Amino acid sequence: MQDLQIIFAGILNGLLAGGIYVLVAVGLTLIYGVLHIINFAHGSLLMLAMYAVFFLWRLIGIDPYVALPVVVAGAFVFGFVLYRLVIGRFSHGRDENILLITLGLSIVIDNAALLFFGGDTQTIDVPYAGQFVELGAAFLPLPKIISFVVAVLLCAVLGLYMAKSDTGKAIRAVAKERQGARLVGIDVDNIFAVSYGIGIACLGAAACLLMPTYYVTPSSGHAFVLVAFTIVVLGGMGSFIGAAVGGFIIGITESLGGLLLGEQLGQIGISLIFILILLLKPTGLFGSKA
Amino acid sequence: MLEVRDLSKSFGGLKAVDHATFDVRQGEIVGLIGPNGAGKTTLFAAIAGFHKPEAGRVTFEGRDITGLAPHKICGAGMVRTFQITQPFAKISVRENIMVGAYFHTADWRVAAREAEAVARAVGMEGQLDQRGADLTVAGRKRLELARALATHPRLLLLDEVMAGLNPTEILDIVEVIKRIRETGITILLIEHVMQAVTSLAGRVYVLNQGRMIAEGTPAAIAEDPQVIEAYLGHGAAGALRA
Amino acid sequence: MNRPLLCLAGLGLAIVYPLAVPNYFVNIGMLVLFTAFIGQSWNLAGGFAGQTSFGHVVFFGTGAYTSTILQVTYGWNPWLAWPVAMIAGAAVGWMIAVLSFRAGLRGSYFALITLAFAEVFRILANSVSFTRGGLGMLIKADQRPLNFQFKDPIWVYYLALALCVVSILIAWQLTRSRFGARLIAVRENEDAARALGIDVFAEKVKVLTLSGAMCAAGGTFYAQKYLYIDPNIAFGVDKSVEMLLVSMVGGAGTTFGPLIGSLALTAINEVTRSLASVVPALKNVQPLSLVVYGIMLVLIVARLPDGLMGMFRRRPHHA
Repeated sequence: MQDLQIIFAGILNGLLAGGIYVLVAVGLTLIYGVLHIINFAHGSLLMLAMYAVFFLWRLIGIDPYVALPVVVAGAFVFGFVLYRLVIGRFSHGRDENILLITLGLSIVIDNAALLFFGGDTQTIDVPYAGQFVELGAAFLPLPKIISFVVAVLLCAVLGLYMAKSDTGKAIRAVAKERQGARLVGIDVDNIFAVSYGIGIACLGAAACLLMPTYYVTPSSGHAFVLVAFTIVVLGGMGSFIGAAVGGFIIGITESLGGLLLGEQLGQIGISLIFILILLLKPTGLFGSKA
Repeated sequence: MLEVRDLSKSFGGLKAVDHATFDVRQGEIVGLIGPNGAGKTTLFAAIAGFHKPEAGRVTFEGRDITGLAPHKICGAGMVRTFQITQPFAKISVRENIMVGAYFHTADWRVAAREAEAVARAVGMEGQLDQRGADLTVAGRKRLELARALATHPRLLLLDEVMAGLNPTEILDIVEVIKRIRETGITILLIEHVMQAVTSLAGRVYVLNQGRMIAEGTPAAIAEDPQVIEAYLGHGAAGALRA
Repeated sequence: MNRPLLCLAGLGLAIVYPLAVPNYFVNIGMLVLFTAFIGQSWNLAGGFAGQTSFGHVVFFGTGAYTSTILQVTYGWNPWLAWPVAMIAGAAVGWMIAVLSFRAGLRGSYFALITLAFAEVFRILANSVSFTRGGLGMLIKADQRPLNFQFKDPIWVYYLALALCVVSILIAWQLTRSRFGARLIAVRENEDAARALGIDVFAEKVKVLTLSGAMCAAGGTFYAQKYLYIDPNIAFGVDKSVEMLLVSMVGGAGTTFGPLIGSLALTAINEVTRSLASVVPALKNVQPLSLVVYGIMLVLIVARLPDGLMGMFRRRPHHA
């Protein structure tokens, strides 16, 4: 019984973490679905956003949750501009080219962070960080619960936006049929930039939700990028539902892996899932034929 | 030499090739024609191993090659070219053709000499040092031909090798193909350019919506009402006669 | 430009170089040559055959750990362990190739799965007892040539030079062999290659196997030079990036690309290092070099896909 309760706690914790992973993955899958870009810089950009949240807290004293609208807006603009200046310019040719370009971008971002922020681990101290909610044997940190709820809400908002708003419909049109969208007068290049911006805005939100319970260092990008890719590949490239389902599965896998195999070895679960999916069902759970 | 029996290939619900049956005898030049979307390229792809047919059999020189991998089919002596040309863009014409030549030799010098000879045979000797990516459409078509020839095939499948060429270029290529046949290579070609079909092919098959609808000499099928209808639409044969 | 003469002159320069400079520069020269060597292993698969890998370090670490474990745990002589390490690298290359290409992975998916494999190996190395886990493995210092350890850095340099020359010869041989032509055909257009009789799967497996063996040889060399390896050194993503970078910057798919790239990147590194002495605020300059590398990678991929070698080549005139 004891073990079951611990596993239950692990699952709950994994679920909570999964909510934030979903947010990260949704951005990545959106970028792939619309631009057909595998954004290798996704992890590094998340790290950058987390540092932004950290510095807002450290220098101005804003609570990360309160800073959310600002960070999301800022991240959107950053992503939009990044697309216009760098990625959009160079995104022709083979798909590995874009992968290499986003790799280059991630190298620049990771090392610029190292240069300017130093290698120390940074954390945020929020007054409610120590509060817990008890659910059976599970002691769930309050910030984690708040983050989970906000993440789910944001995903729902994004989903609604994509379904109902004009821009959202345009984005989905471009994702489905680029040439056709162009023919009906949609400014495809703008949609590309907007989509990339939204993808990065998701990272901004995720950063705000992560910082209360997590830490950031320049190498955080590495850790997140494989997780993000695993989720997206598991769920199916370009599929929102896939990203959602995948995010939770990975969150739980990571949590249980850590429980059963220890902190270090537990991480292997994610890489193994990634390998297995690519070898056995590369289109993922909900993806369409590549 | 080549026997195709009841070959079928569908994509989703669409039957692209429907019980195709035809023969190619050694030394012939056989034409395969039909309106756009008739399934000609799919048929080629299914014969040459790029698609796995759902039904039917392909026999080449007595050997069942149905569904074999493309490189193995090349090994059996049959090579195809591509309708949308696929040059090796970053390397020279010579190096492109050498890839074909390497099929029957491992020696770099032999392959180079072979490539030059083949280039001369198709009229490309002046372009040997040009990059694949820099060729014109006509050049690329010749390159497709040259590369395939360099493997010393016994049966050559040419997919719309005339498409995109001007009348002079077409006449040139027709002569090249005639010369190729004289060296003993059998040819099956898909073509839209009728003058090429009439001047090259001894026999022609007509494909429409995946099905073989006629067979005969070029002159005979030009009069065939079913063929006319396939190209010009329902009732056209009657309308033309009237 | 008389190519063979230029190569001979370069080789002569490389042989004389360590005799004329202090040890610090001998070491740098050694690293240039070593990086060119392992870069070439990436170049075979990524440049010639077009199979971009993001996890090439997996072969490097396999070689390093294989020879080190044989030496430290089983008392093998490192020179004898070296070929075994190469075989291990080849085996891993073969396995990854067969699995990935059977599943039909190409392009970016292949790049990502190699990254995942490297990560799996890293985590395993960190957790398993026979690799001493996160503690890493220490090779006992016993600086005699018999032990694959050299007191004078000049010998390490010459060994690196030998490896680099061998790697260049291998690449050069590819440019005038059937195998090399087939790899290039696979890179340029797989369908056309198939139609011309090339067993695309088999060629990809062959090149990854060869690349794995070569890279693993580098792993052993590295372990013997620094006498210490741990999971991050052996399987960390930085080495993968380095191998990819020198090849792409120098010219992917060219014989001398990795060497040129290695020289260029080392030059940049030395420049940023001297900048540190001028600008005291820059305490740790290593990241600055990497920022420059990252920018170079973006520019190379976007504007100069044939790398620096592409600038030297004379392009035949267009039709």
